[in-house]
Amino acid sequence: MKEFTYIGKDVTRIDGREKISGAAIYGDDIDFGANLLYAELVSSTQAHAIIKSIDISEALKVKGVYKIFTGKDFPYKFGLYMKDRYIFAQDKVRFVGEQIAAVVARNPGAAKRAAELVKVDYEPLPAVLDQMQAIANDATLLHPDLENYPHVPWFFPKPGTNIAHWRKTRKGDLEGGFKDADFILEDTYTVPRYAHCAIETHVAIGKFDYSGRLTVWSSSQSPHTQRHLFAEALGLGHKDVRVIAPHVGGGFGGKAGVTMEIIPAALATKLKGYAVKLRYSREQEFINTYQRLGVVAKIKMGVSKAGKITALDHKIYWDAGAYVEYGANVVNAVGLSAIGPYKIDNVSIDSVCIYTNLPPGGAYRGFGYSEMLFGLESHVTRVANEMGIDQIEFRRMNAIKVGDTTAYGAKMNPNGLLECIDKVTKAIDWENKPVSDNPNTVIGKGFSLFWKAPAMPPNASSSAFLKFNEDASINLIISGMDIGQGYQTVMAQIAAEILSVPPSKIRVETPDTDRNPYEWQTVASHITWSSGNAVKKAAIDARDQILSLVQRVYNLPLEELYLADEAVKCTQDPRFVLPLKDFVVDGIMTKDGTFKGGPINARGMYMPEFSSTNGDPETSQGGHPNVHYTVGAAALTLEIDKETGKMKVLKTALAIDAGKALNPDLVRGQITGGLLQGLATVLYEDMRYDDKGKLLNPNFTDYKIPTAMDVPDEIIPIIVEVPQPDGPFGARGIGEHTMLPAAPMIANAVEDALGIRIKSMPVTAEKVAMTYLRANKS
Amino acid sequence: MKEISFTLNNELRSVYVEPNEVLLDVLRDKLGVKSPKCGCERGDCGACTVLLDGKAVRSCLVLAIEVEDHSIVTVEGISADKLSALQEAFIEFNSFQCGYCAPGIILAVTELLLQHPHPTLEQIKESIAGNLCRCTGYTPIFDAIMALTKVEHVPSQDGKQMLPEEEQQ
Repeated sequence: MKEFTYIGKDVTRIDGREKISGAAIYGDDIDFGANLLYAELVSSTQAHAIIKSIDISEALKVKGVYKIFTGKDFPYKFGLYMKDRYIFAQDKVRFVGEQIAAVVARNPGAAKRAAELVKVDYEPLPAVLDQMQAIANDATLLHPDLENYPHVPWFFPKPGTNIAHWRKTRKGDLEGGFKDADFILEDTYTVPRYAHCAIETHVAIGKFDYSGRLTVWSSSQSPHTQRHLFAEALGLGHKDVRVIAPHVGGGFGGKAGVTMEIIPAALATKLKGYAVKLRYSREQEFINTYQRLGVVAKIKMGVSKAGKITALDHKIYWDAGAYVEYGANVVNAVGLSAIGPYKIDNVSIDSVCIYTNLPPGGAYRGFGYSEMLFGLESHVTRVANEMGIDQIEFRRMNAIKVGDTTAYGAKMNPNGLLECIDKVTKAIDWENKPVSDNPNTVIGKGFSLFWKAPAMPPNASSSAFLKFNEDASINLIISGMDIGQGYQTVMAQIAAEILSVPPSKIRVETPDTDRNPYEWQTVASHITWSSGNAVKKAAIDARDQILSLVQRVYNLPLEELYLADEAVKCTQDPRFVLPLKDFVVDGIMTKDGTFKGGPINARGMYMPEFSSTNGDPETSQGGHPNVHYTVGAAALTLEIDKETGKMKVLKTALAIDAGKALNPDLVRGQITGGLLQGLATVLYEDMRYDDKGKLLNPNFTDYKIPTAMDVPDEIIPIIVEVPQPDGPFGARGIGEHTMLPAAPMIANAVEDALGIRIKSMPVTAEKVAMTYLRANKS
Repeated sequence: MKEISFTLNNELRSVYVEPNEVLLDVLRDKLGVKSPKCGCERGDCGACTVLLDGKAVRSCLVLAIEVEDHSIVTVEGISADKLSALQEAFIEFNSFQCGYCAPGIILAVTELLLQHPHPTLEQIKESIAGNLCRCTGYTPIFDAIMALTKVEHVPSQDGKQMLPEEEQQ
């Protein structure tokens, strides 16, 4: 195999000095001078109600208040996949926290005080706070007008119900599959909602200048998607909307698409000449941004005596919240992939997106797969145990292999699933179960497989510009976001490898849609793969320009020229060394004193031209909606105090098939970070709502995210590399996947240790202790 | 409004503040020092950590008027000449991802290392237990500090960190 200089190496992050010295600029760090106005929201206190009147008279009297806007001012609908949202509530509110009005003031204090003085008179409607209740026959409808909502062609809403989308996948003969089964297990698993908890809250600043141009600075994973939605919703041309995305203080899906950013964008259009800032408080971050969807999953699995899965019926009911313009695609993605990384011939999946009077569900690291895998991987372990088959062997037997058909009929990509299983079982010493010295504690082991595909429209694309500077340093101009994963560094490594310029000489800035080429979004773990392909093409374009110039001037055969050590070299003449810095901007001087060439500016683009969403609405057969899957395996050793239920992860190992780890240390960083985020969702995080739909724990005191004290004693990250044929140097995405196996492997370890099966997340110490106590009493 | 003076990153600064203004807002909005970040406004997250007379405090919980005649250091202050060995270790070990919590964590650890040049893993964990990081899983932060202070992570029988020799007395 070819030896790489920068690919596959632990290259130092190129954004390190900026972020560690305090130089990195985030949205709230930008100064706008004296013309900055501050917006504060008036939020619904009701889960479902008609807005009878809004009285702003008292609020207007607060000194410093400039203007107050309500739904009347912005009767526009918007949405990514389905246009079901308004910028401000119109006649109705549909969740506690929904924005009804905005106070704009000259200082944040005045805006806040005035917002509390806006009086909203409501006529309460019955609230639907549970997805199963929402699909009952007599349920109150959240969106009686559903049939008129524009949506992408691969969504199937059911007007007259609370069902916003229903993804059906059917393969083989389900009934026949269950007839062939020697053992059938059927059960229900539930998963609550979760919050992303990026440490930086959402912030956006809009400015509409006197020439009619809208600029929005926003903490975003999706600057181009935002520009497009702002232009569409506000009726502006794309060239007159500019989104500038500074550094992002954590995304995890929460800053994908458009959430609150549309508010300052819209307000700005009525505040010509001013900049207007909306910065969410931590409480607003909890109550009015996307949340991870809640799930009720009903699983029925049939297995033959030999241990082959003969049939799977997987029904997943999603609590998608009041607006599903983004969340419905979570439902869609899982509805295609709820077989997990298994080869199953007879399948029925129903993934149902249900409106509820809770905050909008949306993208969250894992995009629904965490929720789905909690049930499926719990079920798989149970089925194997009940049949007396070793659960690892059972997974190996049924593991999906390259060329096997997925639930929707497309072929599975090359993958190292079996290698991941082997490496994890070895790393965790699966066969040997440690016994605790302490009679009050027990130790269990849990295992889980995982898979996930990028969920994206078939034409989601990436592009790159690359320009050389006089000293042969490079500006790589791309529009993905470094939300912490190391995107800028990895893209620099790709360009570096092809152009022989070290990554430390490549500058990658955060994007500005006026200057940077198109990128769909930094979501779906697709950016290393998709943007990486675009960057690679741009670098090859630059190399081709350089080599053909040298060929033209020096009359050397093109095939003998190559780049190495920041210079053009010749395979047949070792003395020929032409440093890039001598000509990549100024050109090459020829004998007659004229110059040839000029600045090297290159471009690259990538769109997966093989992808389509043409599947049959009743079966999902026929399309190619997913570009590929990334797979892996994980296991852990868990110590449990039998009396208190307190759990401690002693050791955990996670193996993921990265295709090619472009920067192994960054992959390991995703594993340690993602695993802890996943473990927190199962061990203690949980959004608690009261019976009026109000969130009870909208802060870090009551919604605990992990601290340094909560880290497992030992984490073993394992990288497997079975190349992705269409990935840059064989790479595929791994960012979201690292949190996927956490929940089922904890539930599986609890059963292994205590013999109790917990089927609802989170699996807290309290729940473990109470369940164990009840089991021992009976 | 009251005028207060204090040392900010080794320079004497004067600024007019309201009695109810918190240090975080004064640093960011009136003095142009942007590395302390706002994450929760109630002392839960630690993103706004600064050093007050060498002690790590949450600047969202400190009233600006309280720092009159005291010394405040932010990450800008320790980066002015060149990055500290701790900052270099953070870069080498990828001890940050999005970077938002990094200034606060660097200051919390700076305080730790002033008091304990060779901290145990438990001391490292405790020193940043009030600084939330959602990206890294903290392990790369421990690794950087342990490499910098040459402390080997040797779990003993009961899982507690072995103390370095000079502190085992």
